[in-house]
Amino acid sequence: MRTATARALPRWVWLFSAVAVLVTLTLGVSIGAVNVAPLAIWSEIASKVFGGSANLTPAESTIIWQLRLPRVLLALVVGAMLASAGCAYQGTFRNPLADPYLLGVSAGAGLGATIAIFYSNGQLRFLLPIAAFIGALTAVFLTYSLGRSAIAGRSSTALVLAGVAVASLLTAIQTLLQQQNTDKIREVYSWVLGRLSTSGWGDLLIITPYVAICILVLLRYRRVLDVFAVGDEEALTMGLPVGRARGAIIVAASLGTAAAVSVTGLIGFVGIIVPHILRLLVGNSYRILLPLSVVYGGIFLVLADIFARTALAPQEISIGVVTALLGAPFFLFVLGSSKNGSIS
Amino acid sequence: MTQLNVRGLRVTLDRKEIIKDIELSVALGEWVCIIGPNGAGKSSFLKALAGIVDSSGEIFIDQTDLRQLSERDRACWVAYVAQEPIMPVGMKVFDYVLLGRTAHLKMLATESPKDLEIAHFVINELDLAEFIDRDVATLSGGERQRVAIARALTQASPIVLLDEPTTALDVGYQQEVLELIDRLRMEKKIAVITTMHDLTISGLYPDRLLLLAHGEIVESGTAETVLTSENIAKYYQANVSVVLHESGPVVIPDRKRKV
Repeated sequence: MRTATARALPRWVWLFSAVAVLVTLTLGVSIGAVNVAPLAIWSEIASKVFGGSANLTPAESTIIWQLRLPRVLLALVVGAMLASAGCAYQGTFRNPLADPYLLGVSAGAGLGATIAIFYSNGQLRFLLPIAAFIGALTAVFLTYSLGRSAIAGRSSTALVLAGVAVASLLTAIQTLLQQQNTDKIREVYSWVLGRLSTSGWGDLLIITPYVAICILVLLRYRRVLDVFAVGDEEALTMGLPVGRARGAIIVAASLGTAAAVSVTGLIGFVGIIVPHILRLLVGNSYRILLPLSVVYGGIFLVLADIFARTALAPQEISIGVVTALLGAPFFLFVLGSSKNGSIS
Repeated sequence: MTQLNVRGLRVTLDRKEIIKDIELSVALGEWVCIIGPNGAGKSSFLKALAGIVDSSGEIFIDQTDLRQLSERDRACWVAYVAQEPIMPVGMKVFDYVLLGRTAHLKMLATESPKDLEIAHFVINELDLAEFIDRDVATLSGGERQRVAIARALTQASPIVLLDEPTTALDVGYQQEVLELIDRLRMEKKIAVITTMHDLTISGLYPDRLLLLAHGEIVESGTAETVLTSENIAKYYQANVSVVLHESGPVVIPDRKRKV
């Protein structure tokens, strides 16, 4: 039977993607202030897993296990989460410019982090990710309850407007706090600009369960995201509980994003760049767009991090600056090429 | 005999009553068309039946209260096509038609081979096989309307609501779409409720016309009884002549000549 459709990709695409992930990870671990040969990395990993010995110096071994590998894996996990959250937001709001920070996640996390930096002494600094996480979720909760009650109706525009309002409010509070604690602004900035560097395995292990669950939930909604494409009214008459489905997607995307930014700070534009390059290549069906966003979001952030580490070596550029430098022009390109800023 | 029964239907938007106390019964296989001047509430009435806008009053199919049903169960009874259905850029015709199976799938499930088969069957039935690979956003007005109807049929609901199915179409496509609706409702025993604003066209195929003005049904019956120059003068504030043709009444606006 002929089923001309964009519902499935040929197997070679997945094979290619798997190879691309492995190659990117290897590059990420290999390249840096001290370069380690790619083959040596794999023999080192093999020797750790299967026993035996690899011919790396102890210093190289430490660099791989304590610095590079957790950092590269963190980039992979965070990139996957940001790209899939962006993709899911774009689908459920039918807006190609929607990003993972749409409903105020970034402003909430920023305020949470600022409060943690200003009002905790050095010993309590481990609270920073938790404060950012709570801030992000509070912002989304505020946006969601405002958007649903203050402005009646099922319109998703109300939600987006509420997001703008909440983000402005929280950013204003954050600025106020900064003005009263100017001595610690540098630290806030380093968080806001995003970083993958300060993490050992701890951060990665904390956020991976959240991110994994959120991505799995979003993947289960990929057919539903295609139903959203016909608009809320018709989706409803086709039997989709529009409000409930959108709520579930928002919760999963926001929770995962909050977990990611709580350890890395704000890394922008990944959720716009990656889904959009994929759209140009494979079309607009979320059934393939979403899984590919997971894979290539991860790859993208690992590559961006390699660039951040090496471009001005030995100095390191903030990862958020790298993604913004790539993303802002790209954002304008998307804005220019989409009709009225909307997919429909 | 299975029929849709509407009693005391009211729709209020912004504290203004847009639909006031409508009663209507439609049997399967029957085609009822709602006409009325702009702002009379035609689309709102259809949307209330579809569950898109909130309403009060009874909407029953035999003993089944549509208001008590989940979105999915309701969609298994009632399908709806908007006046200008959104055609998502980059979506293939087949995938669009297949979306009609949503009502028969659990929310997080994917389509079974049977669902694909149903979509193929409807596509062939509507002579859309050549379009199967096309991007829906690139279709012409008439093709869009047929593809949207195919999606509604894939939903396999006994009641189909079509908001202005022919308004955007030229006369050739109008005829094609109306013939299609007429054939399908008789073959499949589907109750069809449409809105239309071309009065002559509205008199051709439907069994019954309802004339809606200020949210109330002011006239109902066959085309010959509803489409009179008196009714049209009264509710549309238009001077028209009605000529009886073998296909149905023809409504011709009288040209106002300056003397």
